Amino acid sequence: MAGVTYKTRQLRRRYIERSFATIAIAGALFWLIINFVKSPTQFVEVTFTGLSNGILYALIALGYTLVYGIIELINFAHGDLFMLGGLFSAHFITLWFGQRHSSGAGYGVLLLCLVAVMAFCALINVTIERFAYRRLRRAPKLAPLITAVGMSFILQFVGLRWNGSGQKTWPSLLPNGNFSIFGVRLPYTTLISFLVTIPVLLALTYIVTQTKQGKAMRATAQDQDASRLMGINVDRTISFTFGLGGALAGAAGLLFEQTRGLTSYNLGFQLGLIAFTAAVMGGIGNLQGAVLGAIIIGLIQGLNDGLPIGLGQQWSNTVVFSILILLMVFKPTGLLGKPTTEKV
Amino acid sequence: MAIITRKKASKKPRAPFSQRTWSIGFFSLAVLIYIFYTYILPHTPDGFQSQIQTWFPPSALNEALVWVIAALGLNIVVGYAGLLDLGFVAFWAIGGYTAGWFMSGFFNQWNFHFGSESAKVIPGIHLSFWLVLVIGALICAFFGIVIGAPTLRLKSDYLAIVTLGFGEIIPQIFVNGENIHGFNLSNGTKGISPVDSIGIFGKRLGPFDLNYKYMIFVAMAAFMVFISLRLRSGRLGRAWLAIREDELAASMMGVPLMKTKLAAYAVGAISGGLAGVAYATHVNGIFAERFQFSISIILLAMVVLGGMGNVWGVMVGALLIAWVNSTGLPAFGNEINSTFNTNINFPSYTFLIFGALLILMMLFRREGILPESRLKLLMHENDDESGNEQPHDEISEEEDL
Repeated sequence: MAGVTYKTRQLRRRYIERSFATIAIAGALFWLIINFVKSPTQFVEVTFTGLSNGILYALIALGYTLVYGIIELINFAHGDLFMLGGLFSAHFITLWFGQRHSSGAGYGVLLLCLVAVMAFCALINVTIERFAYRRLRRAPKLAPLITAVGMSFILQFVGLRWNGSGQKTWPSLLPNGNFSIFGVRLPYTTLISFLVTIPVLLALTYIVTQTKQGKAMRATAQDQDASRLMGINVDRTISFTFGLGGALAGAAGLLFEQTRGLTSYNLGFQLGLIAFTAAVMGGIGNLQGAVLGAIIIGLIQGLNDGLPIGLGQQWSNTVVFSILILLMVFKPTGLLGKPTTEKV
Repeated sequence: MAIITRKKASKKPRAPFSQRTWSIGFFSLAVLIYIFYTYILPHTPDGFQSQIQTWFPPSALNEALVWVIAALGLNIVVGYAGLLDLGFVAFWAIGGYTAGWFMSGFFNQWNFHFGSESAKVIPGIHLSFWLVLVIGALICAFFGIVIGAPTLRLKSDYLAIVTLGFGEIIPQIFVNGENIHGFNLSNGTKGISPVDSIGIFGKRLGPFDLNYKYMIFVAMAAFMVFISLRLRSGRLGRAWLAIREDELAASMMGVPLMKTKLAAYAVGAISGGLAGVAYATHVNGIFAERFQFSISIILLAMVVLGGMGNVWGVMVGALLIAWVNSTGLPAFGNEINSTFNTNINFPSYTFLIFGALLILMMLFRREGILPESRLKLLMHENDDESGNEQPHDEISEEEDL
């Protein structure tokens, strides 16, 4: 048996994986082409819906990936933070400022709300980190993870109290209606999702890559002790990261509330799970990866839900999670993640 | 670094509960409860009886035992092998549907009876409860391996998320399973009901034979305790503990990671399946929408609260949480509301209570109510004197290596 060496087994395994992945991708392409030939306009419309969902997921996924990148914690409460963000913006716009239709003043309130909701969610996230996760930083990984699940429950409870147990619908300030390019009808809300998300993502990139605080974040993610020796305030940097993630979740909450016009206390769990899947898909801890993964997941979901030949919305989660599991089997580090070797 | 040194002598340290002690204690307690409910309770004054009915109804006891069975299985996966499983509800669902398929008139296109005490004229597949337990356990063990296999190369967090994915996929398959290419797999959201009642000694249990059901569930829980304790002291169990404590070191010592982890998944899944079958007979039906993520989390809370890795701790945790969930909280709420003339809906606070419970336990007593000594060491490995807020000792620790 010694003849079958480790190396040949590795090679064989890689070969099997490659061929399987090729078959899977070829099948997916075949499915897309058939659908495209069948109804091209619908295909394009659905693609754009998927894209606009995808960038919404990207905002949430970035929060997961930022936190994971820095303290290796799956922040289960993050999705619920997004849900609270949606609730906050609904109350802010509709009840506190009484804006129900799109108007000049409405847009002003919308911008104000964007700032307020980002601050609100950032504050919650920083508070959670300060009082729960920080104490568990040296504990085995299971402890902070379970704490995060507990936090998720508490935030859901707040949502349940605030929103009630059912789904609530809210008026949207965004212009409803469509505009068409080359016979393809696209809703304005899609356009606005892009208009809000892209500047936010650019700002995030700027903070992480260009500022001193961003440098501190990257250093802390690499090695906490070394960065402490370099004079970086590790606790403050981690708090800042949580704040950043919370702000992104807040923006996503506002966007979701305005484009879909609904809030529900258990929404955060669903979307959070999908966003987390996106973050894992792109390689968790990797910012570009999170955006890429989110867009891919958004596209897959949009295409599956909307195309004439597809499984339909009722299988949405099954499709997303099956893809996640397949990806985990063949590429555990995610699309853009770097493989790490465990050091003794 | 806490290194657990093993003594040179081949004599094993005496376990706090030896095989005979625990079985005597466990069964005498179970029999005492049985005697209390069957023989003593009917002769007590009415006021006392109604108090017992509000606070400790027998059906809640049975349900709590079902939770105990499932939690013991999760304990093997999480507590022994240290693999975080957030999708345990999948096994519960599969076990439940096994009962639905093989113990009811659901597949009425076939007519097959074996060992079941139900009337032979009713169409459908009707197997004996005991046979269905075995089938459910086997199917779940199979799925445990299927779920475990892709996760073997993954590290802890990824593993959690993949199991979570399975926990979402399988219930969705059952919810949408009404029409899979024209085949009705699960009857969708309508669920499968009624399920055959348990047949024992040639007679069928009626819906009010709660005491028989109680004894059956107790026996099943005892079976799981037996399996857990035996496996833990055996070769496989020691391999699980080694993986839990340091996967890399365990693999260097020759523990086959793949086989050991798969075995943990399979054994855990078996108990999930048993719990699923038991639950189906307990509520007399299977309803797809009950299988939600919250079940996985409640089970995890039971294991964590009671004390990961310690069978008795997990049992206490499961009984406590199941009781609070099903009767304790509503009964307590009614009591408070009628005494103080308030109108607070106490069951709506479950989210808050569970969340706070998990967080407080993790912050202040990570090892659970009845901790396992080894795990306690592990959980506090990196603590320092000052309440582990500011880690200072890292560098000196590195120097040791």
